[in-house]
Amino acid sequence: MILDNNKRNPSSITPSEITPREIFENRRQFIKNAGLGLAAGALSTSLLSQAATVVGGDTKGDGVLIGRANAKKQVAKTGNTQKLPAFKKTSYGADEKLTKYEDVTTYNNYYEFGTDKSDPAIHSTLFKPRPWTISIEGEVKKAKTISIEDFLKLAPLEERIYRMRCVEGWSMVIPWVGLPLASLVKWAEPTGNAKYIEFISANDTLTMPGVRVPVLDWPYVEGLRMDEATHPLTLLAVGLYGEVLPNQNGAPVRLVTPWKYGFKGAKSIVKIRFVEKMPVTTWVKAGPSEYGFYANVNPFVDHPRWTQSSEKRIGAGLFAGRIKTKMFNGYDEVGQMYAGLDLRKHF
Amino acid sequence: MFAQRIFYAKWIIWVFALLPITRLVWFGINDDLTANPVEFVERSTGTWALVFLLLSLSMTPIRLITKQVWQIQLRRLLGLWMFFYACLHLTTYVWLDYGFMWQDIVKDIIKHPYVIVGFSAYLLTIPLVITSNNTMIKRLKSKWKTLHQSVYLISILAILHFWWLVKKDVTEPFYYASVLVILLGIRVYFFLKKVNKQV
Repeated sequence: MILDNNKRNPSSITPSEITPREIFENRRQFIKNAGLGLAAGALSTSLLSQAATVVGGDTKGDGVLIGRANAKKQVAKTGNTQKLPAFKKTSYGADEKLTKYEDVTTYNNYYEFGTDKSDPAIHSTLFKPRPWTISIEGEVKKAKTISIEDFLKLAPLEERIYRMRCVEGWSMVIPWVGLPLASLVKWAEPTGNAKYIEFISANDTLTMPGVRVPVLDWPYVEGLRMDEATHPLTLLAVGLYGEVLPNQNGAPVRLVTPWKYGFKGAKSIVKIRFVEKMPVTTWVKAGPSEYGFYANVNPFVDHPRWTQSSEKRIGAGLFAGRIKTKMFNGYDEVGQMYAGLDLRKHF
Repeated sequence: MFAQRIFYAKWIIWVFALLPITRLVWFGINDDLTANPVEFVERSTGTWALVFLLLSLSMTPIRLITKQVWQIQLRRLLGLWMFFYACLHLTTYVWLDYGFMWQDIVKDIIKHPYVIVGFSAYLLTIPLVITSNNTMIKRLKSKWKTLHQSVYLISILAILHFWWLVKKDVTEPFYYASVLVILLGIRVYFFLKKVNKQV
């Protein structure tokens, strides 16, 4: 058998012998990465791609060159400028200075499209946010699939200007358009057993190149406690800057919880599951000592890698310095939900 | 003939070494340093310090493999460019990133292992820069070589610094680590060969 593999009758291959597609593709990606690194050598690869950027060409190499400045050209080419249906303005963040659209759409952490900040803008062009359905599951009376069109009818759309603080120590101010998660929760009619909500993101190997690499345990999973989920601040966003949400920002629908670090905002949500036990979220699985379930913005609890007491505001420029980070990112109204909870332990 | 070859090689290194800083200035003028310009400059200068460190470490393997020796004279220039970019990297961190908030900087260095590792690598480089001129080479004699062997420790610390600061995807530090392993591996291989011959 082993000696003469080529002459095997295909029907004699048992299903257990066939390598699952994802594993096969991951392996190929790994071999590709390793081969690149060893054969071409990191030096020459990096030098070439940096040199290419100097000359002004778009570098196609992944990961080797840090911070490509060319993503914004890509966004200018393929930018999603569809208008949203009518939405009402709100007073949230009315006094904030907005982060430029260009920065909001070219500086993203969305590992399903790659780990570089510019990857999502460049590599999300094949992703199809329509047609889309969200599957509502678990401890609810209406355990069914809802289309994005019906979802949009659950409540009037509103614009909310929120600060977004990333765990890496930077922040933005983004004018989201969406509807409160509370309206979906009310519609779904959770049972008494529903204590938490789990959000599961899209995981499409064909259109999301990042999920072919096992950087994280795909699909991306996030979660909220029921009171957090129904808090008036919690938003399911479908747009930003009055336009349909671009792919790189989590189209067609994503979670926004402005008092928590940005990674809590699950993108391209396909499943919303009402559960009794605290969900094990992707980043908690990836590094339990670094990321917690709550992930509330907290300047007093330092991350092992990043100082959390201050942050850089995106778009403020090269010489702007840092601004002090506020508890709950300045959204003090959420504080009462955590009364009696040791936030040093439950970070 | 070698003198001419070295002259041209040094010219090429100068032009090449000035490209990354020129590029940063150019991007800065054109407002093209991405949404997070400080991070971009920080990472770019750090990457180039590492590249020049690895280039300076490649001169001996080239000698061992090709038996040519002239390129050893390029090592100092490459090492000094590494220090140049390491200085820019540190300046970016202290000034542009932290705005001279010394209390926060000290806290950041102590609390975060990757910062302390990178900072140590920088400090260890300073004695090498000071003793890189001909006078010091002559004065220190055999001690000079011992002192400059600390570059191996510096290179390992630099890679570790990069590896630890990455959130999850270590592909990029892996590339640089592979190059370092190869460069150090060639040395070990030739060293063992020599030892075996003597036995």
